[in-house]
Amino acid sequence: MSSIAQKKGFGATLWDYLTTVDHKKIAILYLITGGFFFIVGGIEAMLIRIQLLKPDNDFVAAGLYNEIITMHGTTMIFLAAMPLLFGFMNAAVPLQIGARDVAFPFLNSLGFWMFFFGGIFLNLSWFLGGAPDAGWTSYASLAISSPGHGIDFYALGLQISGGGTLIAGINFLVTIINMRAPGMTYMRMPLFTWSTFVVSALILFAFPPLTVGLFLMIFDRMFGANFFDHTMGGNTIIWEHLFWIFGHPEVYILILPAFGIFSEIFSTFSRKRLFGYSAMVFATVLIGFLGFMVWAHHMFTTGLGATANAIFAVATMAIAVPTGVKIFNWLLTMWGGSITFTTPMLYAVGFIPSFVAGGVTGIMQASAPLDYQLHDSYFIVAHFHYVIVGGVVLGLLAGLHYYWPLMFNTMLNEKLGKITFWLFFLGFHLTFFIQHFLGLLGMPRRVFTYGADQGWDLFNAISSYGAIFMAAGVIVLIVNIVMTIAKNVPVGRDPWGDGRTLEWAIPQPVPFYNFKQIPLVRGLDTYWIEKQEGNTEGMTFAEPIGDIHMPNNSIIPFIMSLGLFVGAFGALYNGEQPWAIPVLGLGLIITFAAMATRSLKDDLGYHIHKEDLLNEKGGKH
Amino acid sequence: MMKGLKKWRLFSMLTALMIFLAGCGDEHLSTLTPAGQVGRDQLDLMILSTAIMVLVIIVVMIVYIIAIVKFRRSKLGEDFMPKQVEGNHTLEIIWTTVPIILLLILTVPTVIATYELADTKGMDKKDENGNNTALTVNVEANLYWWEFEYPDLGIVTAQELVVPTGEKVYFNLKAADVKHSFWIPAAGGKLDTNVDGINTFFLDFDNPSDTLEDGVFYGKCAELCGPSHALMDFKVKTLDREDFNAWAKDMKASADQAAPATAVAQEGQEIFEQSCIACHAVSGAGTAGSVGPNLATFGDRNRVAGYLKHNEENIKAWINDPQEFKPGNRMPQPEDLPGRNGKALTDQELDALTEYLMGLSVEE
Repeated sequence: MSSIAQKKGFGATLWDYLTTVDHKKIAILYLITGGFFFIVGGIEAMLIRIQLLKPDNDFVAAGLYNEIITMHGTTMIFLAAMPLLFGFMNAAVPLQIGARDVAFPFLNSLGFWMFFFGGIFLNLSWFLGGAPDAGWTSYASLAISSPGHGIDFYALGLQISGGGTLIAGINFLVTIINMRAPGMTYMRMPLFTWSTFVVSALILFAFPPLTVGLFLMIFDRMFGANFFDHTMGGNTIIWEHLFWIFGHPEVYILILPAFGIFSEIFSTFSRKRLFGYSAMVFATVLIGFLGFMVWAHHMFTTGLGATANAIFAVATMAIAVPTGVKIFNWLLTMWGGSITFTTPMLYAVGFIPSFVAGGVTGIMQASAPLDYQLHDSYFIVAHFHYVIVGGVVLGLLAGLHYYWPLMFNTMLNEKLGKITFWLFFLGFHLTFFIQHFLGLLGMPRRVFTYGADQGWDLFNAISSYGAIFMAAGVIVLIVNIVMTIAKNVPVGRDPWGDGRTLEWAIPQPVPFYNFKQIPLVRGLDTYWIEKQEGNTEGMTFAEPIGDIHMPNNSIIPFIMSLGLFVGAFGALYNGEQPWAIPVLGLGLIITFAAMATRSLKDDLGYHIHKEDLLNEKGGKH
Repeated sequence: MMKGLKKWRLFSMLTALMIFLAGCGDEHLSTLTPAGQVGRDQLDLMILSTAIMVLVIIVVMIVYIIAIVKFRRSKLGEDFMPKQVEGNHTLEIIWTTVPIILLLILTVPTVIATYELADTKGMDKKDENGNNTALTVNVEANLYWWEFEYPDLGIVTAQELVVPTGEKVYFNLKAADVKHSFWIPAAGGKLDTNVDGINTFFLDFDNPSDTLEDGVFYGKCAELCGPSHALMDFKVKTLDREDFNAWAKDMKASADQAAPATAVAQEGQEIFEQSCIACHAVSGAGTAGSVGPNLATFGDRNRVAGYLKHNEENIKAWINDPQEFKPGNRMPQPEDLPGRNGKALTDQELDALTEYLMGLSVEE
């Protein structure tokens, strides 16, 4: 917590990370945890493709396969993609808007630890009697009748980590509204900040329906309620609505930050201002808004009737318009620019055809009568992997390479980065393109095996071989990361040379207080403006050097989340173990005691004094 | 129906060519080889939407390729400073309105087809005698098998749906345990079988299925329903109306089937009546709601347990250990059957049971 960097032992570093409220360190925590779960989800994906490599395969048993697909989807969405995006948001957004931290540093830490313990809890199901097996959508009739504790782990784990996500979303909303530097008007915010802003609003409205649905599920399964038991007057379709009212905005929660990252990358590596900035902002907001109007397109075959299906079909098609606007503005950003193909730019360039392909199949599925054929077939599997891998994951990998120097003051190896890109990109298309046709040829999704001679054998084999390329790409990436950390060559400020936004103007390594003086923002791409005017400081300052108020580190968020983790075991074994209710109580007591401590004990933070700041070099310019 | 779409037949032909090149899959299973009007309407929409989308992709790819070829820094030089363009209103308007127009082109047939495919009024149409004019089948999806009841005909069957050709066949769909989804890819889109209520739709078939490779269309469960979801297949046999009427009559008559011909089969019948009949009916006359699949047509079927090849070996293997084949299904292991007192079936008993089951037939 000292302002002077010093060598610390492992224990001290660990304690530092357990208690940190610094957005930059929380970003690293998100990156490590999200990266770990990405590997776990990837291994699950490989098991799926090995099982489907040939017909009538018995590599994994029927029930286990359902656990694997459920955990693959749940892990990738909730525990890999979202946390990784939060990692980049934490790393970049406060720096992009000229803030010293997020609005609620304590909540930022709490959000991370709730996600962490929720994710660990969910994955412990593998070792405690079996993972959830009703798909990531966990449709109620199957989920309620699922034996064992898998679904309980799903409901409780997601409830805890979902709480963390909600907290993080609120935090970014408040941060972006309140913490912008002087001159950083809304229409000067970088696109990544804009997309974070919109996504935080989506989280605020989308996660509560999930929370409600999960609570109903928890009550049904663990405490004898009957919300989803139709024989007792319950209704399973309610779960479908609640889940998709959350679930559809959720996919925009994933893709919009990726759009933001790509917007930054296109502009930076084309050495050109983002084309149609205001149209891009408007399109982002519109996509976020329309994202709440279309959930029932996931339920076209549920039997909602022609009118509902027709309305939701038309609403869904409408989303193509702002998305198309974004695609064309990116293209026109490159047009007339000076494009350099760094690794992040390669991902961005690879993203366009991949995402367009995913988008147009989305339109096909928006046509409700056609969707009756495509729904729950391999066509939809291909579609959402084109959107989520071709959009979100390419965005995450692009962001990883792009923001790595900002986060660690080193640069990932470009050559290995490009090898990763080509392996992953080609493997991705090889795996998923062919799956469109599997769907058209009548192959349903979520099947643990398939009979030979239904015309699916060859395409499945091709798909499985493609997955090997993706895995190889990820392995090269891991090698790259390990080598970069081992070499530890500092790169300094603006390592890409064409940085345009405020985060690249800060001396590296970024001081823990971010800005010695809060900057004055003079336009869109403020760092670019300063560079053009030959300002070697990289920014104009809005204030003289003065005392900086900083929050204290705290272990309380960790303990609060730990309490929920402990309590969840009590809920899980309710009615089965005599210790269940006491453990539930114990967990809640831990959490509430931690909350009480936080409320009753004044923690006013501390000040870095002006004199210390004047002596501080704060990295090299 | 859907006269507005007729002109898209041109596209149909184009796509037919494309599909031919790509290999259009099996005629009894692929959505690309529709067996009736419903499937054809959906394929037409697929072709229309694909055509529009390919157009969009081509435009995007042209701009994209020119941009990344023409404006690379390696060509323009390290010092080239691009003009910092803010944007262009005309372009923004163009790429907002053109997609809207393209989407409208897709929206109109989409909405029309949505309503047409949901129109099940024909189900309640009555002739002068008060009988329903159209055939309705009540489908009940069970953990991992399908029951098909023909309420107007007073017959019931399982695993193999039999329908007449050349007319709309209406379906009432529901699930007995967890949610499933009823999908005959070649005939048309799926509809979920919910536990909470009945879903209704229709399909139609042009031709009798006896010309197909297996003599049947393939049906699938399209909603994850448990460990053996992948194995919850069914088959569809289509007959022209005359043959269908004959089949229905035979089904109705199967209530008083003649005693099995051979002594071995008679022994099988005894075992069946002791241990199996509590769940499995052998008469096609009846109503829905039985515990296990109706076996009246067992000897005529295409598959054992919905997906295994229909031979004596598989029948014995299945009866001997159903959990091994379809994990999570509700059929008891042989030793748990009524009257078995924990004893497994001997080879001789299995032979007898198999011979009896193979003799259950309503087709001549």
